[in-house]
Amino acid sequence: MAHTEDEILAGLAEIVNEETGVATEDVLLEKSFTDDLDIDSISMMTIVVNAEEKFEVRIPDEEVKNLATVGDAVKYIAGAQA
Amino acid sequence: MAPSLRPRATVPGSRVLAYGAARGDLSVPNDDLVGPIDSSDEWIRQRTGIVTRTRASAEVGVKDLAEQAGREAIEKSGIDIEQLDAIIVSTISFPYATPSLATLLAGKLGRPDLIAYDISAACAGFCYGIGQADALIRSGSARHVLVIGAEKLSDFVSPTDRSISFLLGDGAGAAVVGASDEPLIGPTVWGSGSENWDTIRMTGSLIDYRDGKTPWPTLEQDGRTVFRWAVWHTAQKIREALEQSGLTTEDIDVFVPHQANMRIIDELVKQLKLPDSVVVGRDIAETGNTSAASIPLATHRLLEEGSARSGDVLVQFGFGAGLAYAGQVVILP
Ligand SMILES: CC(C)(COP(=O)(O)OP(=O)(O)OC[C@H]1O[C@@H](n2cnc3c(N)ncnc32)[C@H](O)[C@@H]1OP(=O)(O)O)[C@@H](O)C(=O)NCCC(=O)NCCS
Repeated sequence: MAHTEDEILAGLAEIVNEETGVATEDVLLEKSFTDDLDIDSISMMTIVVNAEEKFEVRIPDEEVKNLATVGDAVKYIAGAQA
Repeated sequence: MAPSLRPRATVPGSRVLAYGAARGDLSVPNDDLVGPIDSSDEWIRQRTGIVTRTRASAEVGVKDLAEQAGREAIEKSGIDIEQLDAIIVSTISFPYATPSLATLLAGKLGRPDLIAYDISAACAGFCYGIGQADALIRSGSARHVLVIGAEKLSDFVSPTDRSISFLLGDGAGAAVVGASDEPLIGPTVWGSGSENWDTIRMTGSLIDYRDGKTPWPTLEQDGRTVFRWAVWHTAQKIREALEQSGLTTEDIDVFVPHQANMRIIDELVKQLKLPDSVVVGRDIAETGNTSAASIPLATHRLLEEGSARSGDVLVQFGFGAGLAYAGQVVILP
C-alpha cells in the first residue's frame, strides 16, 4: 500500500533519529540534510538504504545528490512508490 | 558399468585451533596521506574511523607478513608442522601470477609437499578460506589446514587516489583449522555479485601496463556502491549464517565484520541489534583496511586483549571486490 506524504515524513524522521540522534520533531520538510540537520554523506547513504527498505522503493545513487531537503526526499519517495 | 569407488571416511566437523598475526612495521597516520588528496585527518576519522594504518617497509614483502602470521598460528595451535596437510592463502597482492604464495610458504615452513594454493576473493578471502578448510576437513581430504589472509596493499595504492588508497594497510592473519568431533565452524554463507564486478577494481591491466597504455595499476572503487551494498545485504547474510548454525543474533559473543569502514561496522551493529555486551572487532582504527587479513587480525587482537575468550561465539563476515562475500560462525579457540 502506498504511504501518504505525512506517513513518509514520519517514517523518515524515525530513520534520521535512529541514525543521527536528531529529534524526530526537528525533521521538517524545509530542513536541509547537510546544513540544518548536520548529516554527512555517509549517514545520508545509511538513511537512504533504510528508507528504501522501509518504503519499498529504489533511490538510485545519482538521485541522492538531488535530495537536498527532507521535503525533496519525501516527494521522491512518494513518487517512486507508485 | 563403471566400478563404484570406495567412499572416503568423513569427519563431523572442524574447528579453529589458533590464530596468528603480522602487521606492517610502519604506522602511517592520516596526516601523512591527506596532502595529495585534499583531505584531512578529521574527514578520514569521521567518514571511516581510521586514525592510522599499518604499512610494511620496502624490504618487507607480503610473503614475509604471511610467513610470520602462519608461524605464530602453527606454534600456538600445538600441532607439529608434520601434521599439517594443506595451506590456503588468500591474497590479491602477491606480485607473481604464478607460482602461488602458498607453495612458496609451504617450503619456508618446512613442508614443501603440502596441498598448497592461493585464492582470489579479496576482502572475503579469509572467510572463503575458512569455508574451504572446513570442507576439506569434513570431507576427509585433510586433517589440518593453515588458512592465511595476507596483503601488502601499499604496493597497489596511488597517493593521488581519493577513492580507496587512504583506507588501505598491510598485514597478514592466519588460522590453523583442524578436525573436530563436533562442528565448531558453522556452514559458510558465500557468493558473489558479478553485476558489481568493477565496483572495486584495478585502474588497468598488466598487459596495458606492459604496452605503456596505463600507469602502474592501483586499486580504486566506487565507495558509495560498496557502502550501500554492505548496509543493504550484510545483516541478512549474517542472519542466514546464524540460522544455518542453529543460532540467532542473541547467541553472538563476538562480531568481526571485514574492517572496511567503522561506519559500516556501526551500522551493522545497529541492524543486528547487538547489545553492548557483544565484543566488536574495531581493528580498522589502527590497522586500516587490510583486505583478506582484516578479519583474522581483528580477531587476534581481541583474543590477545582478552576481550574475546575461548568458547565465545564469533560471527565473521567479509565482502569486497567482485562483491564476493562470505561469512560463518566460529567457536573461538
Ligand atoms: C570511500 C568513502 C569513505 C567515501 O565517502 P563518501 O561519503 O561516499 O564520499 P562521496 O564520494 O560521496 O563524497 C562526499 C564528499 O566528500 C569528498 N571526498 C571524497 N573522497 C574524499 C577524500 N578521500 N578526502 C576528502 N574528501 C573526500 C567529495 O569530494 C564530496 O565532497 P562535496 O560534498 O563537497 O562534493 C565511502 O564511500 C566508503 O567508505 N565506502 C565504503 C567503501 C569500502 O568500505 N570499501 C571496502 C573495500 S573492501
